[in-house]
Amino acid sequence: MADNGNNVSLWREFKKGLWQEIPPFRLVLGTCPTLAVTNSVKNGVAMGLATLFVLFWSNIIISAVRKTISPQVRIAAYVVIIALLVTIADMFLAAVFPAISKALGPYVPLIVVNCILLGRAEAFAQKNPVIPSIFDALGIGLGFTMSLATMGSIRELLGFGSILNFKILGNWFEPWIVMILPAGAFMVFGGLIALINYISSRKQGGENLV
Amino acid sequence: MNNVTKMFLNLVVIGAVSGAILAAIYHVADPMIQANKEKELKEAIFVVLPDAKDYKVIKKTVDKEEVTIFEGIDAALAPVGIAFKADGGGFQGNVGVMVGLNMDYLHLKGIRILDQVETPGLGNRISEPAFEGQFKGIEATPRVEYIKNRKPEKPNQIQAITGATISSNAVVTNINNAVAKVLKAFPKEEVERMEKEIRPASKESKEAKHGG
Repeated sequence: MADNGNNVSLWREFKKGLWQEIPPFRLVLGTCPTLAVTNSVKNGVAMGLATLFVLFWSNIIISAVRKTISPQVRIAAYVVIIALLVTIADMFLAAVFPAISKALGPYVPLIVVNCILLGRAEAFAQKNPVIPSIFDALGIGLGFTMSLATMGSIRELLGFGSILNFKILGNWFEPWIVMILPAGAFMVFGGLIALINYISSRKQGGENLV
Repeated sequence: MNNVTKMFLNLVVIGAVSGAILAAIYHVADPMIQANKEKELKEAIFVVLPDAKDYKVIKKTVDKEEVTIFEGIDAALAPVGIAFKADGGGFQGNVGVMVGLNMDYLHLKGIRILDQVETPGLGNRISEPAFEGQFKGIEATPRVEYIKNRKPEKPNQIQAITGATISSNAVVTNINNAVAKVLKAFPKEEVERMEKEIRPASKESKEAKHGG
């Protein structure tokens, strides 16, 4: 194990974002987009991928400049860097992929206020070299995308009877409109946090017994 | 280097570099974004006036407010309808609609949502074909109405989106306001008269030159 410790720890940085520190459910960060844009799978995945893109670059840049930034002004510096990336992403989409930009609408600019970005900058990128920061960004970004897709699937299935606009439940199914409204977001979010906590406490309990 | 200088330099450098990068990207991206918008506008005009082959822009100032309409013309240069933009507040921001009105000034030929920032999954369904399509052929005068949870009964009604009444209402209200404004600015008789005057001199339309 000790021989390939480097690879193992990179893998661990990546993997932690997928379960152990999956952003909305375990860190309870980035809850705003998690609640707001997950009423369909497509919206959730689009938001997740846009966030992944910004997180990837912000972790790289912040990790690269971490030694030159004074600790007192680091937050201001990070916010400017994140805002720069989000604006670039927004303009790029509007110029090159107008259809996607239109579908995402105001979500892209909203990434600026996603706490996951500042959270990862503070908790990881400013203390670690570039390579681990990349793995951290990929893991957390994919975990976030997965979470939004899961939320989106549940809400779209119950709220519209479809997944990715593809009708799953027949005409007998009366859509629960509440699921696509904000109240439904809180219900699904709470349910998933409870479920994930239950599963991990069971897992821990099991390990302790052994 | 003392700490204050370092802090100062940090922020100045980051701000300046970010500003420079954004300026450079904006310089490249803005013409593309404008071109996309123009293309979208053109496409929308042909969507709401399906039988138009070309169009010309007509502007007029009424009560210090400029009213712009796009008159669609077919291959034989006959006017097929007018299109215009209807803006107004929705649930969260502006809802911009391109409206196509028949030359009889009574029926809508179609609509296309151009801008909207409504709630994803609810209000933003106003830009889905299922909602936009409802406006095809309905009566726009005296006004368009919406009803909830039922199929439309009258020729001037559409069905609102369940859970998104405010957004549906915004579309209908914007259309009604714009139709009223355009009808006031361009009374039917005047459009027909202008049609005869403008056509030979028009630079907006390539086909108009041949026709003149």
